Amino acid sequence: MDTQAIWLTLKLASITTVCLLCIAIPLAAWLVFSRMRWKVAVEAISTLPLLLPPTVLGFYLLVLLGPLTALGRSIIHVVGHPLAFSFSGLVLGSMIYSLPFAVQPVTIGFSNIAPELLDAARLLGANRLRMLFTILLPLAGRSIFTAAVLCFAHTVGEFGVVLMIGGDIPGATRTLSIAIYDQVQDFRYAEANHTAFFLLAISLLALIAVYGSRKQVHHG
Amino acid sequence: MVEAAFLTAAIEHGVGTLNLSAHFQLDKPWTVLFGPSGAGKSTILRILAGLTVPSKGSVTLNHRVLLQTNAGICISPGKRGIGFVTQQPALFPHMSVRRNIAFGLQDLDRTGRGQRVDEMLKLFRIEELSERMPVRLSGGERQRVALARALAPEPSLLLLDEPFSGLDAVLKESILAELTAWLKIRSLPALYVSHDIAEAYQTGAEVIVVENGRTEAQGPVQEILASRREHLLRQLGATTLPTPAPAPDESQTSPPPRR
Repeated sequence: MDTQAIWLTLKLASITTVCLLCIAIPLAAWLVFSRMRWKVAVEAISTLPLLLPPTVLGFYLLVLLGPLTALGRSIIHVVGHPLAFSFSGLVLGSMIYSLPFAVQPVTIGFSNIAPELLDAARLLGANRLRMLFTILLPLAGRSIFTAAVLCFAHTVGEFGVVLMIGGDIPGATRTLSIAIYDQVQDFRYAEANHTAFFLLAISLLALIAVYGSRKQVHHG
Repeated sequence: MVEAAFLTAAIEHGVGTLNLSAHFQLDKPWTVLFGPSGAGKSTILRILAGLTVPSKGSVTLNHRVLLQTNAGICISPGKRGIGFVTQQPALFPHMSVRRNIAFGLQDLDRTGRGQRVDEMLKLFRIEELSERMPVRLSGGERQRVALARALAPEPSLLLLDEPFSGLDAVLKESILAELTAWLKIRSLPALYVSHDIAEAYQTGAEVIVVENGRTEAQGPVQEILASRREHLLRQLGATTLPTPAPAPDESQTSPPPRR
């Protein structure tokens, strides 16, 4: 099995999950508690990667981050190289691709918190930050755990976006899903079988973790 | 003797089909906001607490402007110095009783916070529950904790939105007696919402009648609710009216009803 691809995939999934949670938690809080009318548009945009073909997303990112656009040129100027076909580009692409898997569970978790609890916290002088850390995060803990597991597993298994934006560079952008594609192309079915089993096991473990945590809620 | 009003409120607010128009002053230590369900009593309390911002209005507590919509003033709920206890006590389910009571005491240092929490636990006789989680409390215990949590920051006004309606009569009487005694000692006024006419008689010194979103009358319970005598007798199934209980620190020389 391609151990380099395993480590790269796990590194990509871990960094993507942590970065996504940092964005998804405040975004979900805003989506749940804001009264602005245009939040529906933000909600739709954040959910778009769920329906969009990964190759379409990858293509747009490839163009956007390349030297043909002002954004791409600015990034090249700051970072020194284009984000396309680099690990940083993979992280960015993975974050956008897995955004709905982070935002949706956290949004549901925050929505399920009784408004009376938030009223009580406000009456007792809690500001927004204190409310986030003492009420929202502890009470939505299982939803945040679900979001983290889904993000991790989804990133491990992504193919289209990774291939479009990262290409197939060993040690830099070749993840497990790309490796299995290469193995099949080269008729190395035994290796492909091991890689496939590894990906299957990760997906299954992720779902067991998610459903296991839900069971605890019901029996708790 | 006419006492000086410590709270004045003039509120205009549309909520659903109800057009709220409440104008009143509080000058008694114990006032009952009385009216049928859906009359707008809870909305009035939420506006006073700062949880709902009305379309138009002003609220002043102890000469401090809490709300003045035409001047764009709206003090946040946590800075109003108002305690609020509702029928369903919203205890934080992931915090112990002690941590629930300490939640509003962030301005105190660790020692002061501990002392205040201990004082509240003792006052409401819930010392043995201090480390218990809310899910393991009975209805009466939850209400005691909610009261302790609301009173711990030493507010200037306590709002009670039918907090005892889910409790049995004996428990309700016991908690109410402890609460009113403590309010009297601390000179802390309370505005108590009720739609139960018998409860208004039993607890009320001053009554504000709210009907269809309007404050219709204000004055001593005996005078204001006298016109509802027949309705009350039917409700109680009795031949005589209950004797009004003495309100905390209330004199019997209240002014005539204002309309």
